[in-house]
Amino acid sequence: MTGTFVGMPAFPTAARQALGDTQLRRNLAHATHVIRDKRAKVVAEVEDWEELRLAGAGVKEAALRDLATHLETLEASLVRAGATVHWARDAEEACAIVAEVTKAHGVDEVVKVKSMATAEIGLNEALEAEGIAAWETDLAELIVQLGDDLPSHILVPAIHRNRAEIREIFLRRMGDVGRPAPADLTDEPAVLAAAARAHLREKFLRARVAVSGANFAVADTGTLVVVESEGNGRMCLTLPEVLISVVGIEKVVATWADLDPLLRLLPRSSTGERMNPYTSTWSGVTPGDGPQEVHVVLLDNGRTRALADDVGRQALRCIRCSACLNVCPVYERVGGHAYGSVYPGPIGAILNPLLHGVSDEQTASLPYASSLCGACFEVCPVRIDIPSVLVDQRAAVVDYHRADRVPKAEAVAMKAASWAFSDSRRLRTAERASGLAGRVLGRFSRTTLPGGRAAAGRLPGPAAGWTGARDLPAPPEESFRDWWDRTDGGRDGGAR
Amino acid sequence: MAGCRGVRVALQITCVNDAMFPDTGKAVVRLLRRLGVEVDFPRAQTCCGQPMVNTGYLDEAVPVVRRFVDAFAGYDAIVTPSGSCAGSARHQHSIVAERAGDPALAAAVAETGPRTYELSEFLVDVLGVTDVGAYFPHRTTYHPTCHSLRMLGVGDRPTRLLEAVRGIELVDLPHASECCGFGGTFALKNADTSIAMGADKARHVRDTGAEVLVAGDNSCLMHVGGMLSRQRAGVRVMHLAEVLASTEEDEG
Ligand code: SF4
Repeated sequence: MTGTFVGMPAFPTAARQALGDTQLRRNLAHATHVIRDKRAKVVAEVEDWEELRLAGAGVKEAALRDLATHLETLEASLVRAGATVHWARDAEEACAIVAEVTKAHGVDEVVKVKSMATAEIGLNEALEAEGIAAWETDLAELIVQLGDDLPSHILVPAIHRNRAEIREIFLRRMGDVGRPAPADLTDEPAVLAAAARAHLREKFLRARVAVSGANFAVADTGTLVVVESEGNGRMCLTLPEVLISVVGIEKVVATWADLDPLLRLLPRSSTGERMNPYTSTWSGVTPGDGPQEVHVVLLDNGRTRALADDVGRQALRCIRCSACLNVCPVYERVGGHAYGSVYPGPIGAILNPLLHGVSDEQTASLPYASSLCGACFEVCPVRIDIPSVLVDQRAAVVDYHRADRVPKAEAVAMKAASWAFSDSRRLRTAERASGLAGRVLGRFSRTTLPGGRAAAGRLPGPAAGWTGARDLPAPPEESFRDWWDRTDGGRDGGAR
Repeated sequence: MAGCRGVRVALQITCVNDAMFPDTGKAVVRLLRRLGVEVDFPRAQTCCGQPMVNTGYLDEAVPVVRRFVDAFAGYDAIVTPSGSCAGSARHQHSIVAERAGDPALAAAVAETGPRTYELSEFLVDVLGVTDVGAYFPHRTTYHPTCHSLRMLGVGDRPTRLLEAVRGIELVDLPHASECCGFGGTFALKNADTSIAMGADKARHVRDTGAEVLVAGDNSCLMHVGGMLSRQRAGVRVMHLAEVLASTEEDEG
């Protein structure tokens, strides 16, 4: 791992590499099934879950519909509460703002609450380039950072690591960047957590600047909300003198009451808990209590692009619970790195193209990284119809290439299929050719399917993708439509 | 729709069934005829357009969807042995019509979509039967395909139909609701991932000790069946329609 997603291969290639890692597959299958089952259990406890989902979707949808107004209200209430509001169009602008504020305080390090937005903009790397060290304080995020690794899950960035690997990372790396791990470190979860705690405590008490994200931003009260399990976030939000929060513009909701369905949906969907251990809310500056300087960076970075997409805009409802990752059969097998983004899994497969467009090959491969099984839609607490958006983004990819001088083989095949399927006589001709191929194949094939039908084993050419691991039944000599004509729909004695 | 007298029922045979699995179509015809329903096979039909839609070729899907609604215009019910194609007619054709910007097509789609039934829905909801008089004395397990399960919501209709089959020993498939990994062009575009998913599904099928794996979509069966065959698992795959069409004579 090089610690950056830049230059990752397209999904099928990255997936193939991941599939070859049996340890990774074991770790993932175990972890996703554990969280999946936990979630299913606590969701089943809520009688009106479906209504709650509708309420959650409704609140977010309403906020998006009037986003500009809510953002202005948010800015005004934050300023009134003593915060400084910055607007960042893209990653570069956002990183520059954070670096500038940090430097203004003459420090060369910040502590961080786990934040998807800052991971999205590559803040740690940008700060490093400015000579500022950014210390992750979330346990899983710390494991990823120390391992010079990449996050592979929204909620559990180190989901792909097991205990033994974590122990090894702590022993090898903690000493380089702060308090070393004790020499007698075991791979007991409690022992590992204690080592992280001691290591981090030192950084919390030393740092003068903290960086956070926010799960929600309430417009009318100017309140930012962070939901977490470990309490490290609370330390970051209260101990340092300066707090910089980087918040995606889609995090805004209109009123405090809007938090109600969202705070009930989130913990059950994400960690499978009835309630998360810590919910912190803050509004600007309180003299003598907590950070005395608060900056809020409102981040666009493609969000207005996504908002303009009629079908795709619903992706901005996402509350980053990660439920869709945990049920996704594709994610379960290949893990997060294959998606080449901090947003992996089903939501990543739609969010990345929506935020950045489909002009590069890696992003364009993401909408196809799904079998469209629909499990993601079923669990999404804010009812994002991910399968429909996937199909729509596939259309965006196809449309992007419509003007290509040399069309892809697939485009040629789809045009040919469209032509054949537009007329039943053309289809019949194509089927007769395949029936002929079937007769030839049937004669040569050495494989017989249970039930007696001839099948093709490994085939060369385009069929190799199928027959690498799957036998293919030989096409029958007679199509259904020919049978129907020959036997008058079976009335002519040929019912079988 | 008792006896379906005076009711015009059309059979929609998916492109995969037509070219690769004609026996499924024949089984539907036999089964429905046994239940007193005469089905037409509108000769102009081709495909539901899903291969194009799901791969992102919406323009290419337009003439195919047009063909679909033309071929099935005027029928009271359209029956298809595929959860996936019924889902396509009900949930995807409107997207294609909108793309075409053709209000007449949109209106036709709105007409045909709701009248398109997956086989188990047609049997249970429209004909009101769960015991179709079938006989199938084999240890059998059932895989609910994703589109029938989630896009259509067929629920327990297929298993109720199977439970009523005489002689059958129906065994639960572990992790039944997990995708088999077929996914149309996904099986080719992401062949490695598709195969990894199919391998797990095949393993779960083998774990049941079933002789026969049944599902309501031939394409998923082609994928899992191809996998089982390569593994020499000795498990036969059959479409739900074929099991429901089986009678004592067939076994004799
Ligand atoms: S898309 Fe839905 S399920 Fe997935 S992370 Fe977002 S809110 Fe959760």
